[in-house]
This record gives sequence, structure tokens and C-alpha cells, in this order.
Amino acid sequence: MHVVVCVKQVPDSREIRIDPVTNTLIREGVPSIVNVFDLHGVEEAVRIKEQFPGTRVTVVSMGPKSAVAALRECISLGADEAVLVSDRAFAGADTLATSYVLSEAIRKVADQWGPVDLVICGKQTLDGDTGQVGPGIATRLKLEQLTYVERIRQIDPEARRITVERHLEDGVEVVETALPALVTVVEGINQVRRASMPGMLRAVRYEPITWTVDDFPEIDRTRIGLKGSPTVVGKAWVPEPVSRAGETLTGQDGEEGPGTPAEVARQLFDRLLATELPAQIGWAVAPVPAGDGGAGTPDGSPVNGGVA
Amino acid sequence: MAKEHFDAVVVGAGPAGAAAAYTMAKAGLSVVLLDRGEFPGAKNMFGGIIYRHELEELIPGCTQERTFPVERHITEQRYWLLGPESVVSIGHKHERFNSEPYNAWSTFRVKFDPWLAGKAEEAGALPIYQTVATGLIRDRSGRVIGVHTDREDGDLYADVVVIADGVNSLLAEELGVHRTWRPDEVSLAVKEVIALPRETIEERFNLEGREGTTIEFLGATSQGMTGLGFLYTNRESISLGIGVMVSDLMRSGVKPYELLESVKAHPMIRRLIKGGETKEYSAHMIPEGAWRSMPKLAGDGWVICGDAAQMVNFVHREGTNLAMASGRMAGETIVEAKANGDLSAQALAAYERRVRESFVGKDLKKIQRMPEFLASQDPKQLFDGLIGALNEAAFRFFTVDSRPKAQTHKEIMQDLIQAAGGPGGLLRLAWRGWRAING
Repeated sequence: MHVVVCVKQVPDSREIRIDPVTNTLIREGVPSIVNVFDLHGVEEAVRIKEQFPGTRVTVVSMGPKSAVAALRECISLGADEAVLVSDRAFAGADTLATSYVLSEAIRKVADQWGPVDLVICGKQTLDGDTGQVGPGIATRLKLEQLTYVERIRQIDPEARRITVERHLEDGVEVVETALPALVTVVEGINQVRRASMPGMLRAVRYEPITWTVDDFPEIDRTRIGLKGSPTVVGKAWVPEPVSRAGETLTGQDGEEGPGTPAEVARQLFDRLLATELPAQIGWAVAPVPAGDGGAGTPDGSPVNGGVA
Repeated sequence: MAKEHFDAVVVGAGPAGAAAAYTMAKAGLSVVLLDRGEFPGAKNMFGGIIYRHELEELIPGCTQERTFPVERHITEQRYWLLGPESVVSIGHKHERFNSEPYNAWSTFRVKFDPWLAGKAEEAGALPIYQTVATGLIRDRSGRVIGVHTDREDGDLYADVVVIADGVNSLLAEELGVHRTWRPDEVSLAVKEVIALPRETIEERFNLEGREGTTIEFLGATSQGMTGLGFLYTNRESISLGIGVMVSDLMRSGVKPYELLESVKAHPMIRRLIKGGETKEYSAHMIPEGAWRSMPKLAGDGWVICGDAAQMVNFVHREGTNLAMASGRMAGETIVEAKANGDLSAQALAAYERRVRESFVGKDLKKIQRMPEFLASQDPKQLFDGLIGALNEAAFRFFTVDSRPKAQTHKEIMQDLIQAAGGPGGLLRLAWRGWRAING
């Protein structure tokens, strides 16, 4: 088996902030990580390798030189080889151009290290969130395409079949198809291991293979980088924070008199009934006779409340 | 899997470990540099002062690099003796400190440590981070031959293990060269980084461009405990903190964050940080035992450096500096031992001699009586009484009224002597204090 995993180095989205003036990402000081879903892909590939000895795991990434760190992390987990496709000519690519370059890179990987049986991608990236690159590669390489995979049930290298469970909104779909195939994986597929010491040592010494645009003599230069990217970001903005006036209903302990918990709960319920909420969720509300538990307190005085 | 063998495994990628790893890797030794943090310095609270000399000794020219991660070069140092609402200050500012080569800078170790460890990596040390050295591996003779780590297949074997894992060194404890520190050998420092606009800092501290100021303060701010406060200007923030002896904290029951809050409220400090936003709060132990708490520094298959060996000159706020120096000396010793083909305990003992004969040992020896001196004093008398009396004296000295000066001055002297416990007390205090800082 030859498994290729596509990975991307992304800014750690947990630490991303947006410059309120320019509306662009503040990248300075934001640590870079391997896209989380891709890391699960690497883990899954290494597990396949453990299941079928002799399997080869090749990791491919397109990105700047600094992505070497991401590739080393993949090596530490047990990948055999890592290739960084890096050139100014590739910069500024959208998902169309990216999937084109990655599919060309996978062809080249196959030329170098043998036919590829399985390509694994994360279901999407943390920074782009499109989920388009995996399917784009599958289309170009004419691979069977299985997205949102949360479990690989079985791989039969002899019969060249793969059976997976796809995590869908309304349930789990069990699908079987022929290899070679491309799967995109969700986080739940596995738990990424902590690298072993030999893995760590191999990774810190490992120098990923770098391919520039010149390593792809056949590539159509009009379809790569910014030129090959028809996607245009029309506008990006930070939603204005909407301040919602809160209200606090207060009361007191006890079973009788005004402001008991039961009384306050009733007030709250009446308030909610008076909003648009019942209509929104399809509740038919019977009109309540005035003075019989309508909005307000039983004696008609204003509700004891305040802006929170 | 066959175990790899390295010339050295360095545990801890702080300034001591990074300096040792750099020195050895540069000489061509195979070195693994371990650190438990996500990256070196990730957990470090230090926002303080580093000095040029030792850095240049270690890596010539490095302080001229564009990437040298410092905030401001220090041109002024002030010492403040604080009463509850007053200050007696001395200080020094010199234009010469404002021209290259600079003497010292304020920096953040969270930036400095990765930079220094990066130098070791460039020199060829293998960085293995997010990894805890959980114990020492020894052979039958007891010689240390490697470390266990918390990773799968995690054992690492080496000719020498450099122990540089900080004040709470687990490995040194396992080795038995140091016990758990007594509360009177360590202080707890609490610190905040307070963000302020660059212009505000420059105005408040009378600074131009990248000049910086340090203030160390003693007195009312330590609430009757033995303690030292510090304020350092960074480019767009102020590092403000205070360290007090753990034993005093235990006695007084004062919570560290309360202590820092009251420092921030002191009238002389409040106005310097006004309008600032606290960016982070941190706390760390600092070894204060100096010379007499310093353990044996080398043995069969191991050496120990930096905070792990109590190498902090708290009188002159040099910890990072001594850490780097000791790491470098450990590295140099191992390089020489390797070249001579003799890595015996006797050969490694040269490191201990080197340290003790260098400024590290001599400076620590010079202040060796300080911990004892401070322990022998009632901190209330020293930090509240005497410093308070000094402030009152200054107040009266500068207050102009109808009293004859001679009478005022005489009264001032009497009050000062009384605060020190009588004429004998003042002399004793002066003598002991003098001895404490002069070996």
C-alpha cells in the first residue's frame, strides 16, 4: 500500500485575532500548527501502515518554507517521507489552484515511490474552512471520493476495496468502494498519538524534500498561484458587536408573597410569551385575559427588574 | 530498536541548558536538548534584565543581530527605599549606557529563551521539546548514563547528562545532590506585565527612543517581610513584581497576589502604572541560598547548572547571567573532557572548579553571608522600621520650619539610631550588612 496524506500548515485558530482597523488576520505572533484534521489523516495513515506492514506513508504539503516544521511533525508521528511543494509561483492559490498543484504533486509522488492506493485529506482546513481541496484532488486524479470519514472499517489490499463510515448530519453512512480512493477525515476518526522518542529524533534530523515549480515541467502555469485562482474575496468584515440589554428578575426565598421563585418564574414565562419567540418556534398562544397572569405582576405594578 | 548514544543530553532549554548545548554542539558534539515546554521559555515568567557581557562571551556578535529579542537598553538604574507613602531614592543614569555596546537590556524570557535555544539548534543540537525527563538512567557502578523521558521508547543515552531543569530540579533531587529547598532558601516572585503606550512610558520615565529604566525597591511594599520589588520598562509595557522569602510568606499568611496588589497601590508606583492594562500575571520560585546552598556541581556522568544549582545572585539580580555562564562552562568542560577521552567524574569535576574560580562562584561567595544575615534580622525592623525611619528622617530634613537645623539633625540621628535598636544595634547592623555583601 502507498498512502499519501495532504497536510497544510495553518495559524492556530485558537489564537487568531482580526485587526479591527484593517479587517485582516493578525498573523504576527500566532503559532503555526498542522491543520488538526490533517493530523488525524496522518495518524490514520500510520495506523494503516501498522496494520499492513510494507505500507508507505508520504506526506505532501503546499506552502511556504516555514511549513517544514509541520512536515517534521508528520514525520515524528511515523510518516516515511514528506514533500513540500513550495514556490512563489504557487502563492496566492485558491482551492481550485491548490487542488490542481496537489494533484500534480501526487502524480509525481506516484512516479517516484510507486502507485498511490489511498489519498487522505482532512475534511477541511481551520483557516479556509472550505472542504474543497480534497474533492478537487479526487476529481482531477479520478479517484473514488469518500468525504467526512469517521472510521475506516476495512481495507482489503488484495481485492482493492475500502469500506468506511461517513459522518453525515442525519446519521452514519457505510460505504464501500474501490481503491485507489481519496478520503477526507473528521476529527473523530482517531486519537492522534504522542510521537515516540525515535520518531522525534528522526523528525528533528529530517529534511523534507522540496519541489519548486521547475520540478513540474508539464504544469500549466496559467492554472497555478494567484493567476490560476478565480476566487475573489469580495469583502471581509468583523460583525459589529451587538449589545443586548439584559434584564434581571429578582425575587426572594419563600413560598408566599410577592417575588417567590414560582412567581418570578411565572413572570419570566409571561415575558417570553410576549416576545416574538412563540411565533418563531410555531407556538400558538391563546390570548390571556387581562389581569389573569398577563405580563407584569398580579397587582399590575411594574416587574421588579433592571438592566443586567 | 537499538538505542542511540549521544555525547550529551541537556535537560532544560533555558539559558543554562541552551548555553551548554550551544557550546557543545558548536564543538561538534552530538547533543540532545530536552525541554518540557511547548517551546523553550513557554512557561517562563521572567521579564527582566539580561547583560551583554556573558552573551557575547557565549556567542560573539549575537547582541548585534537584528533578531536579538530585547525591549530596551538600560540607561538608568534606581534604588528606592519606600515608606508607606514616601520614597528615598538613589540612582544612576549615564549617557555612556546609551551608546553601543549596551550593558544590559530589558527582555522577556518567553522570547529570549527560544532565541537562545535556536542558536543551539542552529549549531546542531537536536531539540526535543514537550518532553519531560522523568529520571536518570545509571549503570551498575552508579554512573549516570542517560535519562528516561515521558515518551514511548523514550530513553536517551549519553556520556554526560547536563542537568539544567531549573529551581525545582527533579533530576538533581533524584541524584541526591539537592534536597527540597527550605522555605528560607527560596523566594516567591510574583509579577505582572502592564501594557502602556510607548509614549506614556517614555514620558513617565524620562526616556528617549529605546532607553530603559530599572527600579528596585525595598521597604513598606514587602509588608514586613524580607523582599525586593522590581520595575522594568519594556517597549510597550512595564514589568512590575516583588519577591519575598517563602518562609516569610508562610509566617505572615499574606497571599502573593495581595502583596502585588498593594505594591501597585503604593503612591510612588501607582502613578507610574496608571492607566495600564495588566496583560499577564505570573509567579515563580527564585533560589536565594547562594554559595552555601550550591550543591556539588559535577559527578559521574553528570553536571548541574543554573537555577538547578542555586546559582542566583539576588543582590545584583543576576540569575540568567549566571545560568548562561555556568552552562557555557559545563559545555566547555565536557568538550575538553571528550577531546581528552576522559569523561570520568574527576575530569568533569573541572567544571566545578571552573565555576568556583569564575565570577559566578566569586560573586556568589561574596554574598554568601547574605541569606544568613537576612535570616538573623527581624524583617519588620529592617524593612518597615529602619526604612520607614529613614523616610521620616528625610521628610524632616527637607521640611523648613523655625527650628534650628542643628536641633533637627540631632533628633533625626537619634530616631534613626533608635530604629536600628540603639547605637550598638546600628553598628552591628552596618557591620553585618557590610560583611553580608562582602563575603
